[in-house]
Amino acid sequence: MSPEPIMPSIEILGLEKTYQVGFWRKRPKQALRPLHLQVEDGEIFGFLGPNGAGKTTTLKLLMGLIFPTSGSARILGREWTDPAVKAQIGFLPEQPYFYDYLTAHELLEYYAQLSGVPGKLRRQRIEQVLHQVGLRDVQGVQLRKFSKGMLQRVGIGQAILHDPKLVFFDEPMSGLDPMGRREVRDLMEQLKQEGKTVFFSTHILSDAEALCDRVAIIHKGEVLRVGAVDDLTSSVRGKVEVIWQGSQIPASIKALGAECHVTADMVRAILDEKHQDAVIDALRRERLRLVSVTPVRTSLETYFVEKLRHAETTAGSIAGGA
Amino acid sequence: MKTSIPHIASNTFREAVRDRVLYNLIAFALLLSGAAILVGQISIEIEKLVVINLGLTAVSLFGVVIAIFIGIGLVSKEIEKRTLYTVLSRPVRRWEFIVGKFFGLAGTLTVNTFFMAIGVFAALFYVSHRFVRADALIFVALYFIILEFLIVCSLALLFSSFSSPLLSAVFAFSLFVIGSFSEDLRNFASMAHGVSRWLATGAACLVPNFSAFNVIASIAHEQPVAVQLILQNTLYALFYAAMALSGAVLIFEHRDLK
Ligand SMILES: Nc1ncnc2c1ncn2[C@@H]1O[C@H](COP(=O)(O)OP(=O)(O)OP(=O)(O)O)[C@@H](O)[C@H]1O
Ligand SMILES: [Mg+2]
Repeated sequence: MSPEPIMPSIEILGLEKTYQVGFWRKRPKQALRPLHLQVEDGEIFGFLGPNGAGKTTTLKLLMGLIFPTSGSARILGREWTDPAVKAQIGFLPEQPYFYDYLTAHELLEYYAQLSGVPGKLRRQRIEQVLHQVGLRDVQGVQLRKFSKGMLQRVGIGQAILHDPKLVFFDEPMSGLDPMGRREVRDLMEQLKQEGKTVFFSTHILSDAEALCDRVAIIHKGEVLRVGAVDDLTSSVRGKVEVIWQGSQIPASIKALGAECHVTADMVRAILDEKHQDAVIDALRRERLRLVSVTPVRTSLETYFVEKLRHAETTAGSIAGGA
Repeated sequence: MKTSIPHIASNTFREAVRDRVLYNLIAFALLLSGAAILVGQISIEIEKLVVINLGLTAVSLFGVVIAIFIGIGLVSKEIEKRTLYTVLSRPVRRWEFIVGKFFGLAGTLTVNTFFMAIGVFAALFYVSHRFVRADALIFVALYFIILEFLIVCSLALLFSSFSSPLLSAVFAFSLFVIGSFSEDLRNFASMAHGVSRWLATGAACLVPNFSAFNVIASIAHEQPVAVQLILQNTLYALFYAAMALSGAVLIFEHRDLK
């Protein structure tokens, strides 16, 4: 294969969406502030955010299902509205729903036709995909008899059916049992192996942590940070949480740069690992009763919560660089 | 240029068949055979008159009801259930979706009408034991009925592209009823004065002119249909359906899905 020119898979150029809500008196509701984001070719990119952050809105905009108030995007080097783009991308919507009078096999057949999969290849592709998403045994059952998790599997199947270069998954793990989640993880890894780009939204952080090359954190329609998981979590790496009884904070502990929170009758301090012994000594000197010392989980979860809390309190814009 | 219109149309047809739409044929068959047996005691001439009149009117009404009931949901139901997400994220343009839906529904109705037509001819044979040349006029009436369906389908689709199924049904039925009396509306327009004249003329131009499509009574009396009317109705129906579909496409092209 000849090397193709490297270009980003997705370039979001200030997409913005304001909904008009209310029946009689329309009020604007800004679901997405001008969003800028770039996803590189061949990476697994996680789009993280709490409920209502604007993840689904972004994906629907990119799929051309809704129209932006302003801004544009490029997908695989073309204008995002270009029909030629659609043949090369796959999309799994949030809580997917399909024509329930069709069987899984018929649905995939129909979608393969719409995606322009050549007749000769169709059968083989459908068999392969049914196997991949574990629906081979129920391929002849009408979709109205499918459970939520089975529909999710159909959804994933139809997204990869036409062997797209780039897939968009809106909460791919939702509704799946532990085995199913595992399988979807493996599937995403496999897509990456095949050189595909995966863009998925989630609020299940451990999935993002295990899979993603990079993530973006979005909150209230605004990207707070973009970066590799490691880079994002390093700010809370190597810290310990020390809890003791009372409401007193010794000056020596303050001097160590601890971040202290006083609750009813406890103090919770977060500080660098290296000061751990110094703190314990200080507490002993002051005769304060130590309750616990625990390393802070350096997970994306922590980072995420911290970041959101910070965003809530400052309520200003903290647009992060890539 | 590859197009997804045939795939969308055939899937629409398949949906109608699986939703047991064709079961209406049973009701139709019962109605027709009941009528044929009931009037079987009177003279042959009157029997024929009843079978043709009743049979063709039923073909038209059954079809219109089906056209409206399926048509009003074709777009709005897909938006509501979000089945469109995975269709429109494929290389399917929105106008292709609308046009595919239209042909799917029109195809369903044509197949349905075909079976009903067999029923009408069977009933006719049952009462008169033979066919005469004038019976061929029934084909013209059936052709006009199908043209009428094209208009109704396109209107139902138009309403479906911007309003809820219930409202769409109300709109489409009202238009069908007004359209069936469009001749009276025209007459009224020619007699009225001032504002009401303008309003009536405008309405008469906008609503589909179904009066011109109803030749059932005249062919039942074996009166021939002018070739000019056939031509005129064909052009009118195609033009009207094309306009209504364009409207549906224009609205749907710019619509945010739910
Ligand atoms: N059709 C709509 N009309 C009005 N407001 C909407 C509409 N769709 C979404 N919103 C609003 O836009 C914001 C973003 O919603 P969105 O569905 O994109 O969130 P999300 O990040 O996908 O959340 P979740 O994790 O719950 O799926 C929310 O505040 C929501 O209320
Ligand atoms: Mg969502």
